[in-house]
Amino acid sequence: MIRVLRAGLLSSVQDLGRLGQAAIGLSAAGAMDPNLLRIANWLVGNAAGAAALECTLLGPRLQFDRASLVAWCGADADATLAGAAFPTWRPVPVSAGAVLDIAALRRGARGYLAIAGGIGLAPVLGSRSVDLNAGLGPCAGRALRAGDLLPLASPGRSLRRAPTWSVAPAPWFDAGPLRVLRLLPGSHYPALAANSQAALSGEPFRVATDSNRVGIRLSGPALILREPLELISAAVTHGTLQLPPSGQPILLAAEHPTTGGYPRIAHLIDADRSVLAQCRPGDPVRLQLIAPEQAEQARRRRAEALTRIEDLVQRRLAASAQADEHN
Amino acid sequence: MQPSIEELGDSALLLQFGERIDADLNARVHAAARSVAAMALPGIVELVPGYASLAVVFDPATWQGDDATPAQRCARALRGAFGTASAKADEPTECIEIPVCYGGECGPDLDQAAAHSGLTPQAFAARHAAGDYRVAMLGFAAGFPYLLGLDPALQQPRRANPRTRVAAGSVAIGGLQTGIYPRELPGGWNLIGRTPLALFDAQARPPNRLAAGQRVRFVAIDVDAFNAALR
Repeated sequence: MIRVLRAGLLSSVQDLGRLGQAAIGLSAAGAMDPNLLRIANWLVGNAAGAAALECTLLGPRLQFDRASLVAWCGADADATLAGAAFPTWRPVPVSAGAVLDIAALRRGARGYLAIAGGIGLAPVLGSRSVDLNAGLGPCAGRALRAGDLLPLASPGRSLRRAPTWSVAPAPWFDAGPLRVLRLLPGSHYPALAANSQAALSGEPFRVATDSNRVGIRLSGPALILREPLELISAAVTHGTLQLPPSGQPILLAAEHPTTGGYPRIAHLIDADRSVLAQCRPGDPVRLQLIAPEQAEQARRRRAEALTRIEDLVQRRLAASAQADEHN
Repeated sequence: MQPSIEELGDSALLLQFGERIDADLNARVHAAARSVAAMALPGIVELVPGYASLAVVFDPATWQGDDATPAQRCARALRGAFGTASAKADEPTECIEIPVCYGGECGPDLDQAAAHSGLTPQAFAARHAAGDYRVAMLGFAAGFPYLLGLDPALQQPRRANPRTRVAAGSVAIGGLQTGIYPRELPGGWNLIGRTPLALFDAQARPPNRLAAGQRVRFVAIDVDAFNAALR
């Protein structure tokens, strides 16, 4: 059991999402960056899709009632474990009664805390992800609150000593000063006025403060259509760049509405959900239009790297467990 | 007729059958959804009907190959489905009855909507309840049905100032569309009545009371029946 002493700004239980429910109006929710969730889970010996905590800007303070194994992947945090610096991107044993304080996330917006065994709250419609917008999922469909108790799904893996190895954050996490989001043109891209087409990929945008898990709002040059489009509602996805009448585009994210009637200017490539997930309010971003073949190349490279990291982590973890036994 | 196929990024396709809100087009969407489901293609994650479109979300890893991108390969497989199947008439489905208490606290905009249509509130409610509706799609929020079949005489402009809270079960009109708010939500449609039925319950199987393609009828109930049903 884990006791939430402080919830942080927006910490929620997430897995790989609630798939197959879009036809009834429910988007997948799930981790904003599924790859970081997978890697954090692998580091503690969990299956890729075990439920973990997604933390935003200011992390939680947690007390573990018994010894556990945890891993943090994502934004750089001023984190401490039992008062000492908390190493990240690696499995870290936690002793019974210890307090883990994730504190402020300095670079990047989100990080994932996986706990060996996975969070064991009851799944809703096949998933343990909390859909904050729909108010649905475990934890009554809401973010963590101080006083919440998080059970573990199983005892999970243990290690006596912290390994010295870790996973390299690149290419999974990039805290560079400028975020580049790669997009495929959408069917209404040609409806943008010529200077708005140029502005879309030529001018910088900023992440607006009212961004959340539903969508990342971009502020920048107003984008204008050649003439108004009368559209009827059709499906949109995690990554659709919608253009509402305000002229300020919205990149839909994990808790996107399943349908929308705004022009579909472009679509974020799947590989860059990891960049979107780290967008902090005020961050400068650039939008780059690419060809489908380039998107596919990026997807394959990412998928291959993910397979390699899974394999590497499993071997390292097995070796660390063996070293534990010999000592 | 073949739908046009639009790529929604690198892991979804949008099959478009037209650009209008139209019962026949929508029936073709549901027929297409059944055809695609019957093909049992691998790696299909979501099928999302719209008014005149069907989105197919797929797993790109399942569809990757050397000759084309996963989206192109999945689109090719889907085109095959429409080469053979003609757009069959929608299969008749069971008609779901939704009890509605019209007007009063349940439908605070009924009087104004009736005045806009040049009808008495009673006549407006009777015409709304007399309609034969079909669920075009679910969207906006989990379990929110967009219904086709509103009597054009009952259409209403959306409210200039959307409400921040619309009660769960509210039956509403926006333009030529009518729908039901499955839970308390913000909304800009005109509220003419309210059903005591729960339209969405995550613990129920299925969680949605109404599904895309289904026929719906409204049955007027009085406020006592509404309150009794709510308890």
